[in-house]
Amino acid sequence: MILIPAYNEEAAIGHVVDEVHRALPGVPVLVVDDCSEDGTRTVAQLAGAEVLGLPHHLGLGGCVQAGYRLAFEMGFDYVIRLDGDGQHDPRHVPEILEVLKTTGCEMVIGSRFLNGDAKATTVARGLGVRFFRAVLRPILGQPVHDPTSGYVGVNRRALAVFSRTFPLEYPEIEALVVLQRRAFRFREVPVSSRPRKAGRSSITAWKSLYYIIHVLLGVFVNILKIDQRKRRQ
Amino acid sequence: MDRLLDLTTILSILLMIWVLGSVRRRHIRVEYSVSWLAACFILLALSRWRSGLEWFAEAAGVRDGPLALLLLAAFVFLAVFYRFSLIISEMKDSNIALTQRVAILEFQLNSREREAEAAREGR
Repeated sequence: MILIPAYNEEAAIGHVVDEVHRALPGVPVLVVDDCSEDGTRTVAQLAGAEVLGLPHHLGLGGCVQAGYRLAFEMGFDYVIRLDGDGQHDPRHVPEILEVLKTTGCEMVIGSRFLNGDAKATTVARGLGVRFFRAVLRPILGQPVHDPTSGYVGVNRRALAVFSRTFPLEYPEIEALVVLQRRAFRFREVPVSSRPRKAGRSSITAWKSLYYIIHVLLGVFVNILKIDQRKRRQ
Repeated sequence: MDRLLDLTTILSILLMIWVLGSVRRRHIRVEYSVSWLAACFILLALSRWRSGLEWFAEAAGVRDGPLALLLLAAFVFLAVFYRFSLIISEMKDSNIALTQRVAILEFQLNSREREAEAAREGR
């Protein structure tokens, strides 16, 4: 299943769903509409996607988790998540799926920086990515080039975990730690990224600072939580 | 010092009346009023029990009685705020789980309706 979380993506979502259908005919596409104020839901339905409409705005983590929950309950073995703004090229989905199937890794990340051919959209974002790479390296025990990527594939084992527990705000980095603490494995595959089809990123300078503090705290708490559970067992 | 203690007594009683009034008008649920009433009661007791306050000031190494009272008041209200942070966090988790469940149930209901409609049309 292809999972696309979307919030106020009326201008881009139809194109994204079309593109996914063209690249992966017959693959079910689920758009999780995070209570958008515009016509995201209608546009996605008209484009041929199934839409899971949240009655309240939950933010990215809650929105993605709702999709994971539904996919888990519907019995899907693999779920690949794309952003609803058109930055992710769905033509990379077969590669991600192939790596998930052949390696048995629980998670595969579509990395914009693996081959070093993409640059972060802003200097601050580039610094942030480098910072988190350095922080995560000793925790994960392996390098991760694009820890903030939202282009992610998971198998059923990861789906079972994420449908129960998933970080609510800025979930990508914390999700990696959640999986690592359960001794799950991840891999990265190179993907190309494109500019947004429409709209602007909601991340401002202040939000970036809040993001760093929030994610660091989340990572720290996750490490403590799982270590405590292991000790109790 | 006496004036401050009297003022604390009056404010504690007023806050207690306010909270009880809110409970009566059902603006606050009984279980959430307990923390406020306990905080008011502690401040009221300390403001009337001068020797206890002096003992605390000496034990805490605070020379001024009023400062000791302020310290205690701050601690009591921080404890109340902490309790409410726990409650809010728990409620947020419940809200998220409920929102997701409602969306999933609605999705499943719509899917069944579409399937039933397709079956009727096929007949």
